[in-house]
Amino acid sequence: MDKLLDLLEDNAQLTASQLATMLDESEDKIKGKINLYKEQGIIKGTSTVIDYNKVEDAGVQAIIEIKVTPKVDTGFDEVAEIVASFDNVESVYLAASATFDLVAFVRGENIQEVSRFVAKQLSTIDSVISTATHFILTEYKKNGISFVDNEDEQRSMIL
Amino acid sequence: MIDYDKFINNKISSVKPSGIRKYFDIANEMGHVISLSVGEPDFRTPWHIREAGIDSLQRGKTWYTPNRGFSELRREISAYFERRFGVEYDPDSQILVTVGGSEAIDVAIRTIISEGDEVLIPEPSFVCYNPLTALAGGVPVTIETKAKDGFRLTAEELESRITPKSKLLILPFPNNPTGAVMRREHLEEIARVVRKHDLFVLSDEIYAELTYGDTRHVSFASIDGMAERTVVINGFSKAYAMTGWRLGYALAPKEIIEQMTKLHQFAIMSAPTTAQYAAIEALKAGDGDIEYMRNEYNIRRRMIVDGFTRLGLTCFEPEGAFYIFPSIQSTGLSSDEFCSNLIHSQRVAVIPGTAFGDCGEGYIRVSYSYSLEHIMEALERIERFIDAPDAACLNG
Repeated sequence: MDKLLDLLEDNAQLTASQLATMLDESEDKIKGKINLYKEQGIIKGTSTVIDYNKVEDAGVQAIIEIKVTPKVDTGFDEVAEIVASFDNVESVYLAASATFDLVAFVRGENIQEVSRFVAKQLSTIDSVISTATHFILTEYKKNGISFVDNEDEQRSMIL
Repeated sequence: MIDYDKFINNKISSVKPSGIRKYFDIANEMGHVISLSVGEPDFRTPWHIREAGIDSLQRGKTWYTPNRGFSELRREISAYFERRFGVEYDPDSQILVTVGGSEAIDVAIRTIISEGDEVLIPEPSFVCYNPLTALAGGVPVTIETKAKDGFRLTAEELESRITPKSKLLILPFPNNPTGAVMRREHLEEIARVVRKHDLFVLSDEIYAELTYGDTRHVSFASIDGMAERTVVINGFSKAYAMTGWRLGYALAPKEIIEQMTKLHQFAIMSAPTTAQYAAIEALKAGDGDIEYMRNEYNIRRRMIVDGFTRLGLTCFEPEGAFYIFPSIQSTGLSSDEFCSNLIHSQRVAVIPGTAFGDCGEGYIRVSYSYSLEHIMEALERIERFIDAPDAACLNG
């Protein structure tokens, strides 16, 4: 994979000039590549990684396993798109698993909201056979960023 | 009251304690200090290497190894060194596995140096050569390397410090703290002087795998006629991010290894067994890990050199290790003042150049063995400091 994507995935705030220095390329070339990645839909957007453990009233998160009946023409895509269209759903994946097909990461203001979402919106979709909801208690790492305390402090000042 | 002084070897008590202790204490006391000071990789040891160590423990392989290290490990070291640097060493007689490169340096110096022998030590360099020479009864003779030469040792400078008592030359390249590397043509110049004055050489190549750009490391032992008068020091710490495993090795003519082994055997017995199992795996399947880490360091290196240059702190472009050694003379501060003010006002820890020899005055050592985010945050703080270098304790 292009190192440029690697760097941007870890830190979306890097400027074209910084990336150019790091990768020993011209700034124009970096800008051109980023634009192309956007046009091709490879770079989809950027977001901020938040440690919700530390945020008051951050709501709740859940992982939901969803078993579905695939459609003849569209397979899993159609139902996955429906699941993805709900505001509560942050991410949806198709999984290679014996017990479920789709897995969704869901956020809500409280447990009731997530429960309501599962009961009223998710379970009522035609092809959904069953769901299993796992509420998240603590986040330790997200998008490659560790929420565990800074390890640098464990390294000694050795010459 | 016991007078402990009288029980302590005066060679030991006269060794100066490390100059960076003070910064360590300040950093601990202040808390939330961003450090660019450590001299070790920030990567964890690659998992397959850790797994080899764990596996050996699970199988209960917890005994001593042969004094010189497992023969399988010595065979792998031999194969590695030939593959990477083109020099052949006999696993049975020319390799000693040690507790880090540090032990290998100590044992080599004590094996070679008799009372009054002079040891030629280029500076700025890693801090151990000087005290270890003194403890062995030798006389350290420092040779100042200069920014104008890219902090390389030149044949002229070397020759000017040679006396009839000169016995051993230390070649610490790629260099900590300057990041300087010696290319083949520079080493050949040095070899000419070594041959002419019949010197022995300790080539500390612990950073051999960390060179950037087109210039791959050249081992001094690969220079014509030099393997027979060189102890090469290398190890696993920097190349494979294995500092805590404490494993290094010495490569030398069998007459030297034989004598070094005696010392090693009485002081250490054998290097850590678990670490040796892990090291075998590292040598067999770790080339890709080295490549990956080197690329990451290289990205940070370009970024930090650029950052310091923008701040007006000129630094020659380091080609090896993971340090830069910028000049701070434009601030009008001494190295010690710079580091002290910087930590107090912006909570950033770097090491004064003087920790690596008196000639390091006017420079600081900055490690880029940190994540990009960490380095960028530190650069921002240093920029604030450069704008107001005298304003100590702004935040503190």
